[in-house]
Amino acid sequence: MSITKWSDLRRFTQARVGLGRSGNAVPTGAHLDFQEAHAAARDAVWSALDVEALRAELGPVPVLHSEAADRKTYLLRPDLGRRLRATDRDSLPRTGGTVIVVADGLCASGVQRQAAAMVRALNAGWPVVIVEQARVAIGDDIGEAMGAEAVVVLIGERPGLSAQDSMGIYLTWQPRRGRTDAERNCISNVRPEGISLQDAAAKVHWLLRGARALGATGVALKDDMTSAPLLR
Amino acid sequence: MPFRHAIAGTTHVFADLRTLLARATPFRSGDALAGVAATSAAERVAAQRALADLPLKHFLNETVIPYEADDVTRLIQDSHDAAAFAPVSHLTVGGFRDWLLAAEPEALAPLRRGLTPEMVAAVSKIMRISDLIAVAQKCRVVTRFRNTIGLPGTLSIRLQPNHPTDDLRGVAASTLDGLLMGAGDAVIGVNPATDNIEQVLGLLTMLDEVRTRFDIPTQSCVLCHVTTALLAMERGAPVDLVFQSIGGTQGVNESFGVTQALLREAEDAALSLKRGTLGEDVMYFETGQGSALSAEAHHGVDQQTIEARAYGVARAFAPLLVNSVVGFIGPEYLFDGKQIIRAGLEDHFCGKLLGLPMGVDICYTNHAEADQDDMDTLLTSLGVAGVTYIMGVPGADDVMLAYQSTSFHDGLYARAALGKTPAPEFAAWLERMGIGPGEAIPASMAPALIGLT
Repeated sequence: MSITKWSDLRRFTQARVGLGRSGNAVPTGAHLDFQEAHAAARDAVWSALDVEALRAELGPVPVLHSEAADRKTYLLRPDLGRRLRATDRDSLPRTGGTVIVVADGLCASGVQRQAAAMVRALNAGWPVVIVEQARVAIGDDIGEAMGAEAVVVLIGERPGLSAQDSMGIYLTWQPRRGRTDAERNCISNVRPEGISLQDAAAKVHWLLRGARALGATGVALKDDMTSAPLLR
Repeated sequence: MPFRHAIAGTTHVFADLRTLLARATPFRSGDALAGVAATSAAERVAAQRALADLPLKHFLNETVIPYEADDVTRLIQDSHDAAAFAPVSHLTVGGFRDWLLAAEPEALAPLRRGLTPEMVAAVSKIMRISDLIAVAQKCRVVTRFRNTIGLPGTLSIRLQPNHPTDDLRGVAASTLDGLLMGAGDAVIGVNPATDNIEQVLGLLTMLDEVRTRFDIPTQSCVLCHVTTALLAMERGAPVDLVFQSIGGTQGVNESFGVTQALLREAEDAALSLKRGTLGEDVMYFETGQGSALSAEAHHGVDQQTIEARAYGVARAFAPLLVNSVVGFIGPEYLFDGKQIIRAGLEDHFCGKLLGLPMGVDICYTNHAEADQDDMDTLLTSLGVAGVTYIMGVPGADDVMLAYQSTSFHDGLYARAALGKTPAPEFAAWLERMGIGPGEAIPASMAPALIGLT
């Protein structure tokens, strides 16, 4: 069927294409759709992780906390969200190997819905911990405390207007405090309408094999996985 | 040598230049996070008064980050042009503000290489928003690749057709939507969802096919890491512009995985492809206040001064486009609409005065205290200031990066409200293709022509 109407472009993307025009502005209906989506995203930022529901799926895994005491502090002090509370640091077992960190990030609903299924999709038996009010780099503290050779951080991504359930996955080889973001690899937009759990799990394993061979993650580890799972 | 200023019987002391600059900065959350902000309104204005009395020459003798410790400082100091500086070398920072406000537009361009980023940041700290607009409006910066960007009376738009999984048809649909609303003269530039080289090659090829199919006088860019762009060029991909995020200290650039030498290598590689028809400006840089603190590479310098230093890096190259992503980095650096609006106008002013083709990604995230009204205010102010380009995102909602920028509609609004036109070659193309305010897609732009069936 050929595309004739401008609004038919919506068939190809969830982006807000083909909205029409009122003068140069967005028509009233589309304008209020936007306002409604923004309201939902604002509320999602303040949603909390339901830790007990997660443990019901993941088992009795350790529950940790960053140095950011509450959400407001978390938003204004990312440095505190990157650091593991000292008492938690001392309580962690030294497991070595690869460790999975489930973190709330900027929107808990993404990991709430997908973290347990992601752990199953990885199917590797790696130890899991949950951490609240956390930023990506908290994986460095946790990995270091557990003597891990690699850390896989599953973290809620900043909510957008069209997705409030997106999860990011960050891989860091030899995690320790002071690693920079250039030393990590990231898979973002893991959600039902984005990258599937299966594709993300395949990529995590592929990247970890590369990291082991290279002795590093980050910009040095090029993502040239050939049978690119994103091409569908 | 410490600086001091007394207000109401209290003497405020500032240990060094970086401290003076930080304390003089209008309040923003990132400087509080870094622990460098003034602790009272009185301390801030005391710092502003002390800064206003400081001779511009002082900036040539005291650096905010040591020369030995930072390659951005070395770049700035080593490339300073004393002859270009001469017309203002006798002025204080406060006198320089007065000079800028009274200057004829023709006086500003010759000054560029005589100004350091820190001088420009300093004068912006004692300026109001109307000052930032009035002076920026007098700056003319024109760049060329396949069209002419930055001519007086023009407002260009980067068409940003992002898709959460880089789906080629999804990207093509957003691209067509933008073209039909007059966007894309700055660049058709997609942020890839990943740095996967196969994905990047697929996007580069598709965007180039769309451009050639419709014969659009513009350029395309996939905003991957510079090393990925180098790889793509090695593989013979159609790379028009090389993109990279940069910052104002050596440490933040290291956190982005780049050095000045690597940027030079990429610029040379893109130039060797000889793809520009009207000019050879092949670089595209993005910057943003807060990136250095985020990378813990700020050396106790306030985020706005470091942002201006990033422009010092950018102007060592010949960029077609440079933009601050002002509201993107988050509320820990710019908390609300008020802070974002001021920062966007500061960034535009500093970039323009230093000679860059400065655009702004007028944007906010959902964890910031900002909304569409704030963006409309910043857009209108930047339009008056003569911003080189803005972003165009379908319905203002970037479905991949999960933030809100300006929409294609916003671009139409700004051009109409301020009497601006697109780049001339692109404006002629729009007319040739029959693209206007109509509700129907012109036959010349049929979706089927680019495989959307």
